Amino acid sequence: MISGFALAVAAPWLSRIAGKHGGNLLAMLPAVLFAYFLGLVQPVTGAGPISEITRWVPTLGVDLSFRVDGLSLIFCLLITGVGTAVIAYTGAYLASHEQLGRLQAYLLAFMASMLGLVLSDNLLALFVFWELTAFTSYLLIGFKHHEDKSRGSALQAMLVNGLGGLCLLAGVILLSNIGGNTSIVALIGQADAIRAHPHYLAALLLVLMGAFTKSAQFPFHFWLPGAMAAPSPVSAYLHSATMVKAGVYLLARLSPVLGMTPEWVGIIAPIGALTMLIGAVMAFFLTDLKQILAYTTVSMLGALVMLVGINTQESMAAAMVLLIVHSLYKGTLFLVTGSVEHGAGTREIGELGGLRRAMPLTAAIASIAALSMAGVPPMLGFISKELWYESSLQLALGGIPLVAASVVANGLGFALAGVVAYGVFFGKPAHPDPHPHDPNFAMSAGPLLLAGLGLVAGLFPGLLIEPLTGAALTAMAFDASHYHLALWHGINPAFALSLLTFALGAALYTGRERVVANLGRLAGMGRYGPKRLYELSIQKSLAYARFQTNLLQSGYLRSYVMVVVLTSVVMVGLSVTWDKVQSIVVPALDVRLHEVLLAVVILGAALMMARIGASLAAVAALGVVGYGVALMFYLFSAPDLAMTQLSVETLSVILFVLVLRSLPEAKSLSSRSTRIRDALVAATAGGLMTLFLLIVLSEPFQSRLSGYFNENSAPLANGRNVVNVILVDYRAFDTMGEITVLAVAAIGVYALLKMRKGEGGSR
Amino acid sequence: MNSLILSTATRLLLPLMLLYSVFLLIRGHNEPGGGFVGGLVAASAIALIKFSSGLERARAALRFDPITLVGTGLLFAFASGLLPLVAGMPFLTALWWDQKIPVLLKAGTPVLFDLGVYVLVVGVVLTMIFALSEE
Amino acid sequence: METILAIVIGGLYGTGLYLMMRRSMVKLVLGLALLAHAANLLIFVGGRLVRGVPPLVANGAIAPPDGSADPLPQALVLTAIVIGFGVQAFLLVLLKRGYTLMRTDDLDDMRTTET
Repeated sequence: MISGFALAVAAPWLSRIAGKHGGNLLAMLPAVLFAYFLGLVQPVTGAGPISEITRWVPTLGVDLSFRVDGLSLIFCLLITGVGTAVIAYTGAYLASHEQLGRLQAYLLAFMASMLGLVLSDNLLALFVFWELTAFTSYLLIGFKHHEDKSRGSALQAMLVNGLGGLCLLAGVILLSNIGGNTSIVALIGQADAIRAHPHYLAALLLVLMGAFTKSAQFPFHFWLPGAMAAPSPVSAYLHSATMVKAGVYLLARLSPVLGMTPEWVGIIAPIGALTMLIGAVMAFFLTDLKQILAYTTVSMLGALVMLVGINTQESMAAAMVLLIVHSLYKGTLFLVTGSVEHGAGTREIGELGGLRRAMPLTAAIASIAALSMAGVPPMLGFISKELWYESSLQLALGGIPLVAASVVANGLGFALAGVVAYGVFFGKPAHPDPHPHDPNFAMSAGPLLLAGLGLVAGLFPGLLIEPLTGAALTAMAFDASHYHLALWHGINPAFALSLLTFALGAALYTGRERVVANLGRLAGMGRYGPKRLYELSIQKSLAYARFQTNLLQSGYLRSYVMVVVLTSVVMVGLSVTWDKVQSIVVPALDVRLHEVLLAVVILGAALMMARIGASLAAVAALGVVGYGVALMFYLFSAPDLAMTQLSVETLSVILFVLVLRSLPEAKSLSSRSTRIRDALVAATAGGLMTLFLLIVLSEPFQSRLSGYFNENSAPLANGRNVVNVILVDYRAFDTMGEITVLAVAAIGVYALLKMRKGEGGSR
Repeated sequence: MNSLILSTATRLLLPLMLLYSVFLLIRGHNEPGGGFVGGLVAASAIALIKFSSGLERARAALRFDPITLVGTGLLFAFASGLLPLVAGMPFLTALWWDQKIPVLLKAGTPVLFDLGVYVLVVGVVLTMIFALSEE
Repeated sequence: METILAIVIGGLYGTGLYLMMRRSMVKLVLGLALLAHAANLLIFVGGRLVRGVPPLVANGAIAPPDGSADPLPQALVLTAIVIGFGVQAFLLVLLKRGYTLMRTDDLDDMRTTET
């Protein structure tokens, strides 16, 4: 399993090599992984979860512990299965695109992170993969990075998901603190204690923030339609089939830990229902195929969240089946949209119609998928809807609004399925491109396979879906021994609701134009939604950042110096209390005339520099200061320092002269008053340093290290010059860093030089 | 800047200064001196050629591109750290060779380290001086 | 004696900072050089002053003589001197390059990135 993941991580590299050989080759990787996970179905459903642990950051409790159970297996199969279709499709869809390799690399990287996400048993590792999916999603949405809209949408998705990710991180940390463990399996064991903990609600809300942003729940739903700026296969993969389901996955995964409480049901189910309604209603008013699909995706994500929120065995089973069926049909429809755009040149439903003749295969695929979307038997979509209704009907009185919302949303979904498939492929021919055509095999195979799976799974639910969802239920701590899936549940209230849905859907489809015309004005209300809030907050924070930058970064170096100096003066000054000043003990060493003279010379030269400024005389004065300091070192027992300082000073005077030679004589640029002000600030700072040093000197001296250095230099380190031994032996690592700095400085100089030469050539 | 006195003096001083710089490097472990000072003195010697006879002569006298010396020096120092790693000890642990070598007195990784510092300092200083002297 | 040196250090800090607040880039570099001296001396003096007993082990002895100067601040300062030199040299090259590009030494004229 880890090898499969490692292979996927190496995929960007592989794709760069194989990029030109088409997507089919690359699709092999997810296909092989799919087969691998398919092979795991038997052992997992039979013998229970498989896990494997690698320590990663043991101190923080972050392990790469992978665990395959029913729930993750469903996701793995979806990720690799849809991944195979999408990657093969992409190779053909963007065959002429020069950066196809880049897109495929992103897709594979995304697939790897998504697999990591669903396989991790460790909460922190899960979070890392969670963020990785957001990151790859950012890259994929912004794939057409030369377009403003793409970049904006990518940023929006990134920010919304980033917000959720941070909340999730906080939630995860809180959760692992409460439970004392980062392993999900271990946390499930402590579920009761966690649910009773006072911080339970906070942890729940934080985790929900993460899940809701990822799965585009109200009020964060707006990023998903924006994310449709990505190429169609990306939308199919990330923003419909897999990534956005990560939020649902997280909820399902943590439901045994956090679920089964009034808070869980009370918060999640209504928000899911609300999102479901909003998404369906908004989709109804749109005319762009892809946008319609985007909003119906929001709607179905809402439904999934709602079902997970209800948190009964039936609702969880319904959620799992719905999850699978939705990925299958919605992924297909997105790919079909890509094919339609490819073949007919538009995505506007008003301009499309009767494509059946020109694109028979695509039409067939779309019809199968749409039937599943509409929930018509014998599609898998029908089974999921039956389960969904059954589970909501089992709720007490509070379930009635949920049932009503579900019926409305499904009715709208039915109508939209009609719009997407029937309207486009049947009916009156109308399209701008005179010669629409079916795409080639690679583009048709994927969607055909996905749509076909939806049909087969509906006809034989016991074949694959039943054991999988059963194992997933076990993973969510339900007893699934009596669990059974069937296409036909008999005539019961759920079936009645299905019939009602069909009727409503058919009515909505035929009356769509009239409804849209009458209520179209209301759709403009969307302007005041959460998206507006998002835009406002972005604008405001940008404006604030600009204001802050202008305030703090005037662009004048000297004001920065001034700010730094004044800040330090105030900070140091505050710590220098009167007591300390009084406690200064004038140190013991006696005063000698030649040393005092030297001190006067140094000080005098420095003051002279301040007066005369930039000229050769100032450099000479600097030399005097340097040599004076060197002499001081010599006088006070530091011959090494003296020698080094002397050589350095000589060389630096040479450098200064070399530079000043080519510069004009400096003139006084500031006014007299500015200079006096600066002089005052500088003098204060200088005086404070004097005081500071005196206080330091009054404290008793402690040198714990030097004793060790002194004792061991000769016997152990074979050196009698202790300073040198410190440099090349005890603290050689520091010296190593230092010479690296020097090397970097030299390379910098060298680069500046080369740059000049290069420019000279081009001019 | 072609002064007869300076160029004559340089010719006399150059070998002395270079010798002195190596002397400083070698004795650095026991007496004041070491790679830093040694390198600075050697760099000054080459810089002297530059002032007496011009940049080209100085470059010729150095033989190597100074930036190469920077890299070489860093490599030496790093290698001295890697050697103990090979022997299974932490990075930069001092290793001493048992046999005494007549000139160096003792040989060990710190000596190699100091040599690296020496070469690097020569390279850095001369890179900068040459850079500023061009045009 | 330490008091006198403390005053010298204060003076170096003061003049160094003053020069750094000028508009001329050359003065900035000069000021930085003074500041480096000040900081080196500060560390050195902070390690206590000792006359005439460098931290050297006599031939045949095991440790430096009693009352010898503390080697640690010296090693630190030695590093600082050389790094200071490297940075200063880099600044000088940068300064010269800036001047040849922009024909000005005045930092206020260098606020745009365009040449």
